[in-house]
Amino acid sequence: MSKTQELDRVVIRFAGDSGDGMQLTGTEFTKAAAEAGNDISTFPDFPAEIRAPAGSLFGVSGFQLHFSSGEIHTPGDAPDVLVVMNPAALKTNLKDLVDGGVLIANSGAFVEANLKKAGYTANPLEDGSLSKYQVHSVDVSHLTVTALDGTALSTKEKGRSKNFFALGLVFWMYGREPEAEIRRIHQQFTKRPELGEANVKVFKAGYHYGETAEVFQTVYKVPPAKFAPGVYRNITGNEALAMGLVAGAHLAGKSVFYSGYPITPASSILHSLAKFKNYGVMTLQAEDEIAAMGAALGAAYGGAVAVTASSGPGIALKQEGIGLGVMTELPVVIINVQRGGPSTGLPTKTEQSDLSQAIYGRNGEAPVPVIAAKSPGDSFYAAVEAVKIATTYMVPVFLLSDGYIANGSEPWPLPDLTKLKRFDVEHRTEPEGYYVYERNPDTLARSWVVPGTPGLEHRIGGIEKDFLTGNISYEPANHERQVKIRAEKVERVARSIGEMEMRGETSGDVLLIGWGGTFGSLRQATEELRGQGKKVTHAHLRWLSPLEPGLEKIIGNFRHVVCAELNSGQLRAILRARFLIDIKGLNKVQGLPFKVREVIAAVEPLCESKPAATSASTSASTVEAQA
Amino acid sequence: MSDPAPKLVKLTKKDLESDQDVRWCPGCGDYAILATVQRSLAQIGVKRENTVFVSGIGCSSRFPYYMNTYGFHSIHGRAPAVATGLKVARPELDIWVITGDGDGLSIGGNHLLHALRRNVELKIILFNNQIYGLTKGQYSPTSKLGTRSGSTPAGSIDHPVNPLQFALGAGATFLARCTDTDAKGLGVILERAYRHKGSALIEILQNCPVFNDAIWDQVKDDPTNKQLPLVDGKPLTFAGGTMGVRLGSDLVPEIVKVGDDGVLPDQLLQHKERGSKAYAYLLAGMTHPDFPVPVGVLHTEDKPTYESMAHQQIADARAKQGEGQLDKLLLSGMTWEVNADGTRH
Repeated sequence: MSKTQELDRVVIRFAGDSGDGMQLTGTEFTKAAAEAGNDISTFPDFPAEIRAPAGSLFGVSGFQLHFSSGEIHTPGDAPDVLVVMNPAALKTNLKDLVDGGVLIANSGAFVEANLKKAGYTANPLEDGSLSKYQVHSVDVSHLTVTALDGTALSTKEKGRSKNFFALGLVFWMYGREPEAEIRRIHQQFTKRPELGEANVKVFKAGYHYGETAEVFQTVYKVPPAKFAPGVYRNITGNEALAMGLVAGAHLAGKSVFYSGYPITPASSILHSLAKFKNYGVMTLQAEDEIAAMGAALGAAYGGAVAVTASSGPGIALKQEGIGLGVMTELPVVIINVQRGGPSTGLPTKTEQSDLSQAIYGRNGEAPVPVIAAKSPGDSFYAAVEAVKIATTYMVPVFLLSDGYIANGSEPWPLPDLTKLKRFDVEHRTEPEGYYVYERNPDTLARSWVVPGTPGLEHRIGGIEKDFLTGNISYEPANHERQVKIRAEKVERVARSIGEMEMRGETSGDVLLIGWGGTFGSLRQATEELRGQGKKVTHAHLRWLSPLEPGLEKIIGNFRHVVCAELNSGQLRAILRARFLIDIKGLNKVQGLPFKVREVIAAVEPLCESKPAATSASTSASTVEAQA
Repeated sequence: MSDPAPKLVKLTKKDLESDQDVRWCPGCGDYAILATVQRSLAQIGVKRENTVFVSGIGCSSRFPYYMNTYGFHSIHGRAPAVATGLKVARPELDIWVITGDGDGLSIGGNHLLHALRRNVELKIILFNNQIYGLTKGQYSPTSKLGTRSGSTPAGSIDHPVNPLQFALGAGATFLARCTDTDAKGLGVILERAYRHKGSALIEILQNCPVFNDAIWDQVKDDPTNKQLPLVDGKPLTFAGGTMGVRLGSDLVPEIVKVGDDGVLPDQLLQHKERGSKAYAYLLAGMTHPDFPVPVGVLHTEDKPTYESMAHQQIADARAKQGEGQLDKLLLSGMTWEVNADGTRH
């Protein structure tokens, strides 16, 4: 009989071949954790290859889940439990497992050919090299096939179910109720009921193996977290973006027009929106990124809430069109789900290296407002706000997400719809006194006149326009005037920005500045440092252009300012130029999010220390992130 | 496009003219095209407020500024994409796309291909002068092999693209050709294109007097012998009916004499606007100087438009699922409720 041990939190990682179904295993276990009431945070980490050669190191796909009885902000620095389906998965993931952590290995895959592919000369499950971990060798491959004895499935098909064995095993380990999962498996395989039946059999076999094999002495229990009252659901960043766009358009009294071209990791936004047709959502899978941008501009001219999304390389292609949106002053939301760059870079990995691209990446002086979502659930609100600013100020708005929050999920309290303020769009219909570039004195927005309105026929385009009539103008002073107005319009967006997201006092030893998807790691690190009495404040910027007004008020009040980003210091350069303060950088460009301990290691030494006597060089004032 | 409703006031050409000075070079073929478009739209009886001209970049792409309608002068090559977005968002609008051989077939070739393939109801007018005019005279994708230009002093070594064969391959549902100064012929084509329920591509043989002057003169100066007017159901004849085109061996068209010392008219190719694509391809491939250039409507067919199917899907989804409600959207998927005492269900 196993004993039950209660834990506050667990980080578990499933790793296997990209065809082993690790993402599904992770997703299903996440649902169980959510059902059990834990706070959760997930981090799917997979290769760009859809089905990389079996057993190869580069084909390893992983899914990390952090579940807890207390509030958590990240998927966890290091797994406490590692489930590996083959030697390659062990090789690439073992370094992350905590000392003394639980390792569950599919011993059936530790055969000579696989060991060789992973670069092992001896079987690590047998040579004692894993002695500092709690190793459980389970021949998942064999047990799976055995469980399916007598079914009509081919050997190959039987082998594909082995992820459900692993899932069943961890269900047992963490005392999860199997019934709901069994229902879900049946639901997922309604079109191939024989496969559903097989997966259920294997899932049960894994569960019962844990129960009967007595290899695990302990069953763990992570009690439910205390959530504020409300209705919750699990949500990924891209799902939240899609819903936020629909909500934003609804609040504007309009429908979404979304055009996109398939690209990782942005494609699932299109997939989600394509299902929302009964909300009047129009989706267009364009022939390329440029067309997606062009079509969005055309739809915006026609009066739709126009949106396009992509990732770095696709955004590069859209920039000329974004410039046209700046010139013609049309409302478009451009979403960049950032990934590792440059060029094709690391398509399935996360990075924040497209900030400069968003702010500066067009020809001429073509400023646009730039907003960044900080978490999967926050993506909803960021999308609503982007739609609001675009339609209020008549300007293209960049919305930055990243691969980490786009694919990651968390429990999300559903928004109170009654608290979302409407911002209904009004299209001018009065011909008397209409000038194409006449502006609202507060927002500097020009009137959004849509084709079909009698008496207001007008022409817009990419050539510089007269500041009032909108006719083509090459007049030197007019051009400078228009350049300044376009910049001023973006600065005016600051009037619509809420309070800056901040934890801590307005002065102290260290101001830790971040933006976007690093929020969870930075906030967690800040909480831990503050728990030790350190005078650390975390300011997390939602708007990168214009900069949050709240930052200017406090940035001079700290002995050290650290700007943490998953790039080489793009926001830091902007802040240094703007505030003339020697801001240190905490930078990591590995395609991976910050670990909490990396942030703590960088910030802790700065607490209660004297400020640097002289202005340090760039490299000396960069705080290295240790992997 | 929408049927012309009875008008209280009949539009005139002047009503279609904007207040902007036309800035093309003296003698540019665009002047004649602009005048014909303005006159034809007035005659058709379009609604100015429902008419949008979308263009890319190039001399011809300044066109929208001169039309007293809605207009969008976009970026190089992208007009079909911009127009597609506008048409899908606002299917009731009449949208004309103005492009050129460089804009539409070089930098924007991809967008032209896909706008035609999707059969978005855009009326695309391609001004073909076989040269880049606005950038001062480089050879274009329609320039004949050996064209000497600023960028090809020894003669161009690119094989040119045939705009109508390209469009046909893309799946265009209406194809026509005309010369810039043939106001009557162009007027007929514009109205036909306007009535067509689908994408239309009109190639206009347009003269650039500055960088490629007289490139079409041999076609335009002697229309009787150098042009082949297409009449649906009639044999392909020219030169006052004395010459014709019949299908020779290997499916190659050949020019023959018609009459007592030649072949009978029923032995000639008969023009069918709704004929096979193979025939339309053959017709589009008849080019000067080997053949008289076919002018008129080369091909037309009916296919559902992209925007009509897109909106049908929305209507179907609404009929099946009901009009979307935000609260239902948020509640889609697995949800749970946490009560004030922390319990869940």
